[in-house]
Amino acid sequence: MSRPSFLSALGQSVRARLTGLGLFTRFFLMLLQRSGLVFKRPRLVSQQVHFIGNFSLLIIIVSGLFVGFVLGLQGYYTLNRYGSEEALGLLVALSLTRELGPVVTALLFAGRAGTSLTAEIGLMKAGEQLAAMEVMAVDPLTRVFVPRFWGGVIAMPILAAVFSTVGILGGWVVGVLLIGIDTGAFWSQMQNGVDVYKDILNGVIKSIIFGVAVTLIALYEGWRARPTPEGVARATTRTVVTSSLAVLGLDFLLTALMFSH
Amino acid sequence: MLTPPLTSNQAVLHLEGVSLGYGDFTVLQDISLEVMPGQVVAMMGGSGSGKTTLLRAATGQLAARRGTITLFGQDLARTNRPGLQALRQRMGVLFQQGALFTDLNVFENVAFPLREHLTMSASQLSERVLEKLNAVGLRAAAHLKVSEISGGMARRVALARAVVLEPELVLYDEPFAGLDPISLGITARLIRSLSDRLGCASVVITHDIAESFAIADQVYLVGQGQLKAHGAPATLAASTDPYVQQFLNGQADGPVAFDYPVTPAFEAWLVQTGART
Amino acid sequence: MSNEKTDWWVGLFVLLGALALAFLALRAGNLSSFSFAPTYALSAKFDNIGGLKVRAPIKSAGVVVGRVASITLDEKTFQAIVTFQLEKNYLFPKDSSAKILTSGLLGEQYIGLEAGGDEANLVPGATLQFTQSAIVLESLISQFLYSSAEKQGTAAAADANPAAKPAKTTP
Repeated sequence: MSRPSFLSALGQSVRARLTGLGLFTRFFLMLLQRSGLVFKRPRLVSQQVHFIGNFSLLIIIVSGLFVGFVLGLQGYYTLNRYGSEEALGLLVALSLTRELGPVVTALLFAGRAGTSLTAEIGLMKAGEQLAAMEVMAVDPLTRVFVPRFWGGVIAMPILAAVFSTVGILGGWVVGVLLIGIDTGAFWSQMQNGVDVYKDILNGVIKSIIFGVAVTLIALYEGWRARPTPEGVARATTRTVVTSSLAVLGLDFLLTALMFSH
Repeated sequence: MLTPPLTSNQAVLHLEGVSLGYGDFTVLQDISLEVMPGQVVAMMGGSGSGKTTLLRAATGQLAARRGTITLFGQDLARTNRPGLQALRQRMGVLFQQGALFTDLNVFENVAFPLREHLTMSASQLSERVLEKLNAVGLRAAAHLKVSEISGGMARRVALARAVVLEPELVLYDEPFAGLDPISLGITARLIRSLSDRLGCASVVITHDIAESFAIADQVYLVGQGQLKAHGAPATLAASTDPYVQQFLNGQADGPVAFDYPVTPAFEAWLVQTGART
Repeated sequence: MSNEKTDWWVGLFVLLGALALAFLALRAGNLSSFSFAPTYALSAKFDNIGGLKVRAPIKSAGVVVGRVASITLDEKTFQAIVTFQLEKNYLFPKDSSAKILTSGLLGEQYIGLEAGGDEANLVPGATLQFTQSAIVLESLISQFLYSSAEKQGTAAAADANPAAKPAKTTP
């Protein structure tokens, strides 16, 4: 049997990816279709908000704090060369609310919550739990996937807001307490420069979109995982890689859309 | 959606000339079997003989390529999804590893079908769940988490969950696999007593001869993609068919060959690795 | 985990998010400078608004008294028409003037209102008579160079010295 030519292998790969994308879209639509559950059984959703959101709080707060510290240090170093140290508050706040808050939170979320979702569902698949549900006349997509999807979408913006807040406070600690910038200038320059609609609201919109993307990818990979140990391991890796790339790609698109004139 | 109840002489599950397979691969051909209300039917065969495939066909998860599958008097090929869901609420399935929901505790696992399909007061629900757990001897384990119970206990909890809606048909996927002698005896007796008590039909998919012969009314033996024999346990024990004989007596070689057949791929590999034949 | 416990934790989580958002909006952003006081509209025409943007502040004596609502171009006179909203309790005399100023050396531009001396006040919808356009840096530079060239020229003429060189006028 001759080895397939490079062209046919490429064609097959493209076809496979397109089919995967189509399946992914269909999965998303199926979840949306079944989302009435959110109102019929809100407890399921709130339980997932707890598992996804609360369990990610620690890493988000610690990371936000350190990112704020670094922004304070690096920002001061750069602004100092132009004699504009007093704009540090503005620099830290804009960097966080517009970019770092949504993006870094989404990447951390993909690593912590995304992988845990994929692994949980993959293991449920391997343990025949999803099949058991189907046979009990309970649709697993509705009962298992929809609450997790909305739990993730609700948790992400909250985590991003917490990240930005903690980061700004971290920047304040470094800038004002450690370096000695005037606290009044720190806050007033920030308040004058950060717009609620253009900067903060856009950041929130970004984090909602990232939440949809990351949670959807995590659930999809779990749904498609092979019900074996390596299958689950591969699926969790794919979740992290695909979500991270999706977040960065979407960030570019959204930034271009939102912040250009 | 209500489906009409069965009359006492109507089969609960009826397969007629059914062929089943995945993709290009056909697992079973021309299978016909019948399960009457209140009967315990054992479905036996070697590993990979297609027993789990039959289970999936009976639950409507796998469509028949040929022939008809009739569940509670309804042709599955002609049943739409809501109809299928209604039929599934009249049956219970016990999966091989139990398939308990790992994020719920024992009580919640058994209560799951009740919560999803019925509206009951908290006390009614609790009463029913504990009653079923009691029937499998695990009433006092209701508070435990799934990770805290042994495999044998998990299977019993799964059994309680499978019967909590008091179904008319219960399917057991390899309920005796990997159990110690005591648990084996318990499980077999539970299957028989539940069947008698609830008046439901039971289909036990297994390759354990001793236990299943002890409780079954009818035995179906599948092998090599076909139905090899069926009848009461005594009939099968007296059969002279070579396959049946090999299976029942546990002979190493017979119609099911011991040696894996030689293929061209193997010959090519031998040549490649330079091994001498 | 019991239902009440989960609900409590979720409530805490959502509260944390709400607090974070409130902090961002009020302490980090400019929401606190929004006033929900009733306003009235005034407008003014400028030859050049420079870098003035919508929602730029209107300040009088350094105090923010309103914000720019819209900026359009008058097609007949080719002047910029700026409409702004002032807080109702700040009334200005009819002959007040509006200047486009820059905060700091290279900062954001805003409108500075200087009160006039008229006894009657501007009514809602009125147009200010006296305006001063934004200072455009390029015209300032060319003005400076032109005037310095002039000075050099007159100095040379007054000198009446044949050795005096004409000044360079081009940059």
